[in-house]
Amino acid sequence: MSELYADLGLTRDEYLRICDVQGREPTHVELAVYSLMWSEHCGYKHSRPFLGRFPTAGERVLQGPGENAGIVDIGGGLAVAMKIESHNHPSAVEPYQGAATGVGGILRDIFAMGARPICSLDSLRFGEIAPLPVDTAASAAPQGAGGTPSVAPAVAGGGMERQRYLFEHVVAGIGGYGNCMGIPTVAGEVYFEDAYSGNCLVNAMTVGLVRHEHIVRSRAAGVGNHVVLFGSKTGRDGIGGASVLASQEFDESLEEKRPSVQVGDPFTEKKLLEVCLELLARRKFVALQDLGAAGIASSSSEMAAKGGVGIDIHTDRVPLREADMAPWEIMISESQERMLAVVTPADWEDVAAACDRWDLDCTIVGVVTDTGRLRVFHHGELVGDMPARALADAPVCTVAQERPAHEVDQPVELAAWPAPQAPPEEILLDLLGSPNIASRRWIWQQYDHQVQLNTVLLPGGDAAVLRIKQTGVGLAVCTDGNGRRTYLDPYRGGKEAVAEAARNVSCTGAAPVAITNCLNFGNPEKGPIASQFARAVEGMAEACKAFGIPVISGNVSFYNESFGQAVYPTPVVGMLGLMPAVGARCGVAFRREGDVVLLLGDTAPALDGSEYQKRWFGRVEGRIPDVDLAAEVQLQAVVRRAIAEGLLRSAHDCSDGGLAVALAESCLAGGLGARVNLEGIAGQAVGRYDVTLFGEGPTRVVVSAAPELVGDVRRLCEEAGVPCRVLGTVGGNSLAVQLGAEQVAIPLPAMRDAYEGGLERALAG
Amino acid sequence: MSGKVRFGVVVFPGSNCEYDAAYALSTFPEAEPFYLWHKERDLKGAHVVVLPGGFSYGDYLRTGAIARFSPVMQEVAAFAADGGLVLGICNGFQILAEAHMLPGALLRNRGLKFICHAQYLRVERTDTPFTRRYSPGQVIQVPVNHNEGNWTAGAESLERIEQEKLVVFRYCDAEGNVTDAANPNGATDNVAGLLSEGGNVLGMMPHPERVCESVLGGTDGRGLFGSLIDTVLERA
Repeated sequence: MSELYADLGLTRDEYLRICDVQGREPTHVELAVYSLMWSEHCGYKHSRPFLGRFPTAGERVLQGPGENAGIVDIGGGLAVAMKIESHNHPSAVEPYQGAATGVGGILRDIFAMGARPICSLDSLRFGEIAPLPVDTAASAAPQGAGGTPSVAPAVAGGGMERQRYLFEHVVAGIGGYGNCMGIPTVAGEVYFEDAYSGNCLVNAMTVGLVRHEHIVRSRAAGVGNHVVLFGSKTGRDGIGGASVLASQEFDESLEEKRPSVQVGDPFTEKKLLEVCLELLARRKFVALQDLGAAGIASSSSEMAAKGGVGIDIHTDRVPLREADMAPWEIMISESQERMLAVVTPADWEDVAAACDRWDLDCTIVGVVTDTGRLRVFHHGELVGDMPARALADAPVCTVAQERPAHEVDQPVELAAWPAPQAPPEEILLDLLGSPNIASRRWIWQQYDHQVQLNTVLLPGGDAAVLRIKQTGVGLAVCTDGNGRRTYLDPYRGGKEAVAEAARNVSCTGAAPVAITNCLNFGNPEKGPIASQFARAVEGMAEACKAFGIPVISGNVSFYNESFGQAVYPTPVVGMLGLMPAVGARCGVAFRREGDVVLLLGDTAPALDGSEYQKRWFGRVEGRIPDVDLAAEVQLQAVVRRAIAEGLLRSAHDCSDGGLAVALAESCLAGGLGARVNLEGIAGQAVGRYDVTLFGEGPTRVVVSAAPELVGDVRRLCEEAGVPCRVLGTVGGNSLAVQLGAEQVAIPLPAMRDAYEGGLERALAG
Repeated sequence: MSGKVRFGVVVFPGSNCEYDAAYALSTFPEAEPFYLWHKERDLKGAHVVVLPGGFSYGDYLRTGAIARFSPVMQEVAAFAADGGLVLGICNGFQILAEAHMLPGALLRNRGLKFICHAQYLRVERTDTPFTRRYSPGQVIQVPVNHNEGNWTAGAESLERIEQEKLVVFRYCDAEGNVTDAANPNGATDNVAGLLSEGGNVLGMMPHPERVCESVLGGTDGRGLFGSLIDTVLERA
């Protein structure tokens, strides 16, 4: 055994600790189970001490972190379950199946709580898929530092062809699974940066609806109750996925890791969903848990540990795809579309009958005991015997933090910065067509975003809005997280991710009520990564507290590195917003000629970390502005109130590409032009129209209102101390911008061509 | 007729628009939707049978190829042979084609990608039980949502289909022009919806149940369900 532990991804210290817990050398089964349960992926060894900083309580919270998903009350006896999870490494190895099974896994997490999934979102990151304008100009590439990347190197992940392939197949995989299941995919985000070329990020989020009384948890209870496995048969697919794939960096053995990726079967999952919800409504489950990372081993030990009971598993009773599987393989197989339930003997017949009706395997594989131990039997022989609590309690690792060398305290010095490289028209059209900003229509038209008849604000805006048929309330959902900006300052980037997600749902009129997050970072054993992680969490936690939004679930994904190069630190925030009546929603589109365009919030934008800085100077440098949380909270409250009072015809968050892009997007969405004068807005520097137009920063929203209502908007802003500036009017066939001596008018058709065709042009190469 | 119009919505394993069809129907006071499990052999007094969208049996073989062998489909075929009204939406259309209850076959979209978007349709016939509430040549907007919607048929069938005027909906642009640019999936002659020779079975790729409420962005689908209700009430 002592040779095996290293192959399984355990350190010598961990191995010795296992011997200590067991009081002897572990058996093969035990070592396999420990290696998975104590992997970073399952055990949160490097992150647990930091995650305690997030606020997790709130009056709406019915279930915080620690279950398959978090749950918040939305009134009327209904609740929303939600969670986001990464499937980065599987997707980098096999993009279609990796992404598809990522969706499958998060869907199971939601219906394991008793909730019917009502929508999914996806947050994706890949390497560059098209050259930057600066690539053709002469420019010095900046130096990366501290094991973290600058914009330049794309060595590890292959060229742009490979990135396009990953992107196209990840999108197809998400659609393939979600479409078949009948769960609409309604929102999300995608960014392309070289830092992700060797290690793409695929985060999938699902939101589910459940009646309070149908909520079920994973706590095993009732000594003598059956432990029932149902769904797909168990095979050798995905053995060691959590340890070998998810908890190590990539190197040249990438191709060999393909067998660790599972294959998804959405048809079986759809049947599994229906049978689970049917049985939950009939209260046939004592406890329910999906099988994800580390398979039966993790599900059974977590269920036992949470319930303070023991579980005996008989591996010989598990229905198999391959007859000759060893007990340790059966225990840790990550075959998809399986669930584990605790069922009373009295309910067993009903559970078996329902599964039979849906043509699903359903087998009693074990029993709840009072031992507190996970015991594994194979044909009656005891092959493993471990304390369930010890399995669920991986040792914590502490790493000395070390500030990455590229981080600086000051923003870039504009006086010394190169002049704009092109006229503003050219820069705006380039930004609108940038793969990071261009219309995402190419993606979401491949997703069924309407099934279930709830989607009232379609993909393409700041957040999607769903109606809840039973009560008429509206849910707004979005994901946000800008790794490039977080790379420059993880603390500020973490704050910004939360603030932006809250701003996005506020722009629809919904109040942010809960967060789920997915924290994607490099190798946590390295000091600079440990530092990025700690400070990003700190920034996020501070913002959550300022907004009063609890974090109800989440996932940490470390080891997002290839050949020693880490991805940008990428905390992704999944936000849930609630509006009392779906009729009061607001979109991003300018809607009527003659309406007044206003800027609410007037914070100074900056070049640092902007899309413009990256594309036109080939640099990611400086320090992003800090979020004034008090101002941000006020701004969002004003926007929501103005929407609720019917004062606004549009509201759009100002983020990637700056003010000019926000204005252009509102024009394009409504098919209407606008005439604006930007003279006097905050953050203007001599000779730098580019910073005003394309600089980025938090706490700004572009709105439009009927002329007769502008006074009311102003009054609301004044009362709340939120800056409110009239920029101009909606109308015409172009976006006409005046800024001092600069006058620009960009026709709508040119903007539409750039924006709508941006992604497809990049994919065409 | 006393009582409501009974719509039997068939549930195959892998169907995923059965709730939507029933929900859309529930917005009509005259309609009474209910589900028919695929293993059943009794249509329970349905006036209209609806085969909903989805991925029956996962559609891992050809779309609809396995569903047509479900026990309930024998009853649906007998019901249709008797003149019963059958509506197949998306996967339902694919199943009806596989079952030879409608001519032609549905191939993969010519763009080789799943598509989900708003789509204009031209109503080609208003003298059917499914379309009498529309006006001739009316342009309606109904979303498409499929991977295999590229309808095609042999030359002989095509001729017969045109002669007998079996095409009920064609993909078109906002002005009603039936052009290749307005064809989302490559379907022959822009066919979006097709009638059986008996005139009582309709298969269509677009999803009328998705546009029955203004909050969802459109109500153009109401005409179809409303036509069926009128037809049944009149026959009784």
